[in-house]
Amino acid sequence: MTELIDVEGLLETMCHDLSGHLASRQIDDPCIVGIRTGGVWLADVIHKKLDIAEPCGELDISFYRDDFTRIGLNPKVKPSVLPFETEGRHLVLVDDVLMSGRTVRAAMNELFDYGRPASITLVTLIELDGRELPIQADIVGQKISLSGNQQIKLKGPGKLVLEITDK
Amino acid sequence: MTLQMILDRVNRIGKNSMKQVTEPNHLQLNEQGQLKHFLTLDGLDKALLTEILDTADSFIEVGARSIKKVPLLRGKTVVNLFFEASTRTRSTFELAAKRLSADVLNLNISTSATSKGESLSDTLQNLEAMASDMFVVRHSQSGAPHFIAESVTPNVSIINAGDGRHAHPTQAMLDMLTIRQHKGRFEGLTVAIVGDILHSRVARSQIRALKTLGVSEVRVIAPNTLLPVDIESLGATVFSTMKEGLENVDVIIMLRLQRERMEGALLPSEHEFYELYGLTTEKLKYAKSDAIVMHPGPINRGVEIESAVADGSQSVILNQVTNGIAVRMAVMSMAMSGHVAGRDKLGEL
Repeated sequence: MTELIDVEGLLETMCHDLSGHLASRQIDDPCIVGIRTGGVWLADVIHKKLDIAEPCGELDISFYRDDFTRIGLNPKVKPSVLPFETEGRHLVLVDDVLMSGRTVRAAMNELFDYGRPASITLVTLIELDGRELPIQADIVGQKISLSGNQQIKLKGPGKLVLEITDK
Repeated sequence: MTLQMILDRVNRIGKNSMKQVTEPNHLQLNEQGQLKHFLTLDGLDKALLTEILDTADSFIEVGARSIKKVPLLRGKTVVNLFFEASTRTRSTFELAAKRLSADVLNLNISTSATSKGESLSDTLQNLEAMASDMFVVRHSQSGAPHFIAESVTPNVSIINAGDGRHAHPTQAMLDMLTIRQHKGRFEGLTVAIVGDILHSRVARSQIRALKTLGVSEVRVIAPNTLLPVDIESLGATVFSTMKEGLENVDVIIMLRLQRERMEGALLPSEHEFYELYGLTTEKLKYAKSDAIVMHPGPINRGVEIESAVADGSQSVILNQVTNGIAVRMAVMSMAMSGHVAGRDKLGEL
């Protein structure tokens, strides 16, 4: 069975919350970075809605995964693209689904290899149970509890659709 | 069945079993068809070569960061096992391993244990006992890396860094990466390899890679004395003059004259070789105006190539060196990855 969630509505609220969050911290020149692939689609939308000056960054965390010794290298790895200096900048890191927290850990490790950012704000469309690391998102679109046989996936690009399906 | 038919059949079976023995892929690929050793390009398909190039592209980006390091091979030990002198290949392998966060041990065997009488297998067993995960092997004997791959324990990867006249697969792949960067494709390209084909393990691997990746034509330009007898069976067209051979060429690969491997009088003189086969500004005009000039190094200025060409706008020789690090990072991480079962299970973290 497939269940669809309204991504546009969630993104609207997330952008509103993110603007407030950044304003409360006096951050007026953030850089947006999306984690491939779903996070990049979302980052593009947030980037446009917030009218950010710097171009959008894309992060491929394949070289930073902590399970290389178990499952090896992703054969479809693509270069990360950060078209701005990260040193001393306020970064907004965007991913589609936050669950174990390991993707975000890998992404932060990678970001630090480009320089030392002033701060990182984490934005995620969906937050699931099952955290394995002490990592929390600052902005969340929706918290969802899945049953054991369900999975969630963001489909895109173009019109973004969240699908919850049975495994 | 006639006697001739029986003989033919025996012959065929004999050939097939020989193929089984010499077929490298049972050794260098795992059950899922992924690299676990990198010994030769023979038998590797276009998809795998393209995966190496794509992965290398991502490592080029890593080389442009302020911290040029990723944690993929953290805690792994890579041993550079060089039985033959090398500066560029050894140092780019070392840098590649270090950028993957591996610990690196450089062994120059000619000045080490074997000169004290230790056998190769004893040296290898000692290195394995140090819990090494990968050997990068250069040897003057063709087939030495195969032999080592067959004799090491299953969890150790072997990377061929050049064996005799046989193969130099990472050099060929960094050349392919350089061609793809500058030309954007392989289809429709005409590539000329010029010079000492006979002694060149690089040329053999290059021809193999170019054919697999689908260029239109591979030409070799050399005097007869510097051509191996089987060169056309690899799929290359032979030319004996630069004027004919360079016509309409997109890529020119110059090779180094390997005087140290030459026995007897294969060449009248270096001067005459330069006159006929050296790449000068004049001869470069025979090729397409946007042709790129490559050389695996070290270059002999005034022997294979004129300084003005080596340092000119069409030369991509230094790009090749930079690409060498990225390609070696790709091959090392893919080979290490091939030891991990079930890479097809790759999913979300």
